[in-house]
Amino acid sequence: MTTPLLALEDLNVWFELPGGGELHAVRGVSFDLEAGERFGLVGESGCGKTTAMLSIMGLLPPNATVAGEVRLDGENILARGEETVSPHRWDDIAMVFQGAMNAFNPVQTVGSQIEEPMHLHGVAEGKVARRQTEELLERVGIPKDRADRFPHEFSGGMRQRAAIAMALACEPKILLADEPTTALDVMVQAQILELLVSLASDFNLALILVTHDLPVVAQVCDRAAVMYAGEVAESASIDALFHTPKHPYTRLLFAATPDLRAGGDRVASIPGAPPRLDKPIVGCPFQPRCDSAFAPCATETPLLKNVGERHVAACHLNDHVREPATA
Amino acid sequence: MSTNGSKPLLEVEDLVASYPVGRGLIGAAKREPKLEVHAVDGVSFALNRGEMLALVGESGCGKTSTAQSVLRLIETSRGSIRFDGQEITGLSSKDLRPLRRRMQIVYQDPYESLDPRFRVGATIEEPLQVHGIGSKDERREEVKRALELAGLTPPELYIDRYPHELSGGQRQRVAIAASLVLHPELLVADEPVSMLDVSVRAGILSILDDLRDNGLAVLMITHDLSTAAHYADRIAVMYLGRIVEEGPTREVIENPQHPYTRALLSVVPKRDPRDRGTPQILRGETPNSIHIPAGCRFNPRCPMAIAECKTVDPELRRPAASRDPEHLAACIRV
Repeated sequence: MTTPLLALEDLNVWFELPGGGELHAVRGVSFDLEAGERFGLVGESGCGKTTAMLSIMGLLPPNATVAGEVRLDGENILARGEETVSPHRWDDIAMVFQGAMNAFNPVQTVGSQIEEPMHLHGVAEGKVARRQTEELLERVGIPKDRADRFPHEFSGGMRQRAAIAMALACEPKILLADEPTTALDVMVQAQILELLVSLASDFNLALILVTHDLPVVAQVCDRAAVMYAGEVAESASIDALFHTPKHPYTRLLFAATPDLRAGGDRVASIPGAPPRLDKPIVGCPFQPRCDSAFAPCATETPLLKNVGERHVAACHLNDHVREPATA
Repeated sequence: MSTNGSKPLLEVEDLVASYPVGRGLIGAAKREPKLEVHAVDGVSFALNRGEMLALVGESGCGKTSTAQSVLRLIETSRGSIRFDGQEITGLSSKDLRPLRRRMQIVYQDPYESLDPRFRVGATIEEPLQVHGIGSKDERREEVKRALELAGLTPPELYIDRYPHELSGGQRQRVAIAASLVLHPELLVADEPVSMLDVSVRAGILSILDDLRDNGLAVLMITHDLSTAAHYADRIAVMYLGRIVEEGPTREVIENPQHPYTRALLSVVPKRDPRDRGTPQILRGETPNSIHIPAGCRFNPRCPMAIAECKTVDPELRRPAASRDPEHLAACIRV
C-alpha cells in the first residue's frame, strides 16, 4: 500500500483544566488523506475537530498534551514536538483559521501581510515576494492593485479570499480550512467554496474542510469523517455517509439537516446533549442520545472498524447480525 | 375587537426605514450631501393568524430592519403598519404599550439575550411585572405554563436555574418562554436557530411550528432558505430593502421566478452529495443600500437584465409562469 500524504493515527489531546482535572478533547482520532483529496471533518461544537487540526499544525496551547501520530509522507511530525513540526508548518501544511478574515492587522496593508510568511520562511524576498503576492491575490480572485489596500477596505468575502491567499503563501501541500464560510452569506459562501475546490484541483492541494455544515461537505468533499465527543464516529466517502451510513449519529445528523428538496416534513432533532469530556466515558459516547442503542452500548466502547471500502464506523450495530425484519 | 378571522393580523404597506450614516469630518466640511442607508425601501406584506411568513435574504437586505419596524423598535419614515386593523405607525409609546404585549420578539443569540444574573423564572416573569399582570402566584403559574410551551418540562427543573447552567438550545427555549408569557398574537423570530447546533435546531423550530398551528402569527427572519422551506407557509425574498419575490413556500422553492431567487436557491448546498447541480454564482457582493441602483435594483448583477431594467423599477406582480395566484415577483422579464 502506498503511503498516504497525511495520516492521523490514534491522535489524543488532553487539556489540563485550571481547577485541576483534564479534558480529553480528542480521543483516538485516525484518518488519512491523499494528495488533491477534499476531506470533510464534520461535527457539532465541542466535538474536537478544531483541536485535531491545531495539533496537526503544532499550535495547541501550553496546557495541552498530545499523544499519537501525525504522519506527513510517512514521517511522524509530532515525534519531537516543535522541532519536528515547525519545518512543515506553513511550508507543507497551512491553515485558514476560523474567523481568519477578521484577524488581519488593521494598520498593515493586505499585501504586506501575505508577503510576511514568504520572508519568514525564506520562500521569496523583495520584488519576487511582491510579484508572488500579486499572483496569489489574482488567483484567489482579488485584483492585484488591492495589495496596497488595508483590511477595512475589503468586504467579508474578499478578506476571506485574502486569508486563503495568505495560507497559500509558502505553497503548502495541505490546506486546513476551519469553518471558512460560517460567517458568510450563502452567495459569498458559494464563491469561497468554488475557490477552494479549484485551488485543490489546480495545485493538487489536499484540503481538510472543518465544518458543522453537512450540506457544505456533501457538495464539496470526496470523503469525510463525522466526529462526536472527540472521536471519529464514522469515516467514508461522502456518498456512503449520506446513502449508506453505518453509525446512527451520521444518519440522525443528516436527518436533522433541513434541505430545500425535502418538502415540508418535520426535521428530526436529536434529544439530549453530547457527554462531558472531563469525565471518563463508559460505553459508546452517543448511546444516551441514540435511537438504536442496545445491550452492549452502555458498557462496551465500540471500536472503529472496517464496514466497507475505505469506510469505517464505531458502532456495535455493525458487529451484530440483526434479526431480519420479516421472517 | 381582537379576533377578526378573515383580516390579516399584520398588514404592512410601502414601508420605508432609513438610517443616517456619517459623512466623516472631511465630508461634512466639504458639505457633501447627507447620506442615508435605505434599509427598508418600500416593503409590503400581510401576515395572518396561524401563519408563518419567512423573510429571507442575505445580510444587509433589510429583513431584520423590516421586523424591527413592524414592532416599532426603529422608526419608519413612510408607509403603514396595521396590527389587527389598527394603524400603529403614529402611536405614542404610551398608546403603543397595550399593543406591545400582543407582539413579541425572539432574538438570534440566547447567549446575549438572557440576563446572566436573572434566574430563568425571573427572566420569564419580568414581562408580566412590566405590564402589571396577575398576583405573585398567578405569575408563577404563567411562568410554568410558558416553560412547558417552550418544551422545558417539568418546569420546576428549570425555573430556579441560571442561564449559565443551560445549554444553548435550552437558553433559546427560555427566551421563547419569556416571549410567550404574555400570550402574544404575533411573534417575530429573528434567526432563532442560527447560533445553535444542528441537532437541537429542529426542536426549537418545532415549538414555533406548534404555536403557529395554535393560531400564533410568526414572522421568521432567516438567511437559511432550507429552514424556511421546511417550516414557513409563505416565503418573501428580500434584496436591497425590497421584497423581490413572495408566495406560498412550495411555489417559491420549486418554481422560483425572480432571477435573484433562482440564483440564491441554486447556491444553497443540498445534503445529498449526488445532488450537485451547477450553482449559479452571482459575482461580486450585494451593493450597499446607500447607493441603490436605478431601475431594478438587481439589474447590475442580473443575468437576464435588458436595457429597460436600468430604468424601470419593477413592481410585485404575478409572473406568467406562476402556478399560484398568490405568487408575486418584481421583475419585468417574467
